[in-house]
Amino acid sequence: MRKTLFLFFLWASGCVFSLKAQDTLLFVKAPQLTAWRQTTSDTVYVLSFWATWCAPCLAELPHFEKLNTEYAHEPVQVVLVSTDFRRDVERRLKPFLERQGLKSRVVFLDEKTPNDWIELVYPEWSGAIPATLIVRPKTKFERFFERQISYDELQQAVQEALKQ
Amino acid sequence: MKKVSPLTLLLLLFSAASLWAQSGYRVGDVARDFKLKNVDGRMVSLAKIRKAKGYVVIFTCNHCPFAVAYEDRIIALHKKYAEKGFPVVAINPNDKNIQPADSYEKMQERAKQKGFPFVYLYDETQEIARAYGATRTPHVYLLDKDLRVRYIGAIDDNHENPEEVKERYLENAIEALLAGKEVPRPETKAVGCTIKWRASK
Repeated sequence: MRKTLFLFFLWASGCVFSLKAQDTLLFVKAPQLTAWRQTTSDTVYVLSFWATWCAPCLAELPHFEKLNTEYAHEPVQVVLVSTDFRRDVERRLKPFLERQGLKSRVVFLDEKTPNDWIELVYPEWSGAIPATLIVRPKTKFERFFERQISYDELQQAVQEALKQ
Repeated sequence: MKKVSPLTLLLLLFSAASLWAQSGYRVGDVARDFKLKNVDGRMVSLAKIRKAKGYVVIFTCNHCPFAVAYEDRIIALHKKYAEKGFPVVAINPNDKNIQPADSYEKMQERAKQKGFPFVYLYDETQEIARAYGATRTPHVYLLDKDLRVRYIGAIDDNHENPEEVKERYLENAIEALLAGKEVPRPETKAVGCTIKWRASK
């Protein structure tokens, strides 16, 4: 079981966490997104749940881009998880990504039953977006924001995660 | 000692406000009544709704795509259950300064456009959304006759496609109340837009 999980994470991390923004948009399932729970990875993962039509999400996108650049040499991994409607992937999400030329990794959450996957991602999350989860599996550091966050808050949480 | 900037203080206030917003009712609590302005100009409170066996209180709004995706389903729910004693009471809690599409005037427009058969109330002070603990739109609170909260959460399990819905959480909950039974799944989650809290609180 352990081995399966490990292999699964390798596969998941291979796709989710090493993908370049300019590659094809990757569709992920909730277990892939939460694969870090089964590891002792030393990386700080910053998962941001957003959508192209969500104004507060777009307002904080530059913060994640900035974090991604400023922490390029640290074990920090930003993953922007789109919760756009499936029918909007081609007509909205992809054109948006092309226009913005985001440097951070973007994945599309390919799930259907929010009641199940929201719980899986973070039990205290009520489901509102924007939402940001900052984790460091090795030290079990977890910080969750169910609202728009500022760059200061984001950086502070990441610093804390790196120190612990 | 690092100097605390006004911005940090402001952010602390914001986090305190959102923490506050996350408290609120749990299933089993007795909800408060209210007096809010409907799109037709009347003030509406739950006590004034006649022949109700309960209330389907839905925090929703104009602009949020999740809320829009559910408009037709909310209309259908009201048409099906109002006559059985469970009318929909829709409440928009968003601050119009943050989201101008959710102003009272825009609510009136939307209600007219879609022909909302239910009341669509404006929680201008956001007092009710805070008391209930609503965090997103849409966010459902199903109350029984005594205003006891019997269900909190989503309308169903698929916001994107009504045809692909497998579980109608809210309908199942109403049916359970109508049958005098316990609600099978009293709490569910759904993706939604954060409520646009005004900055001063």
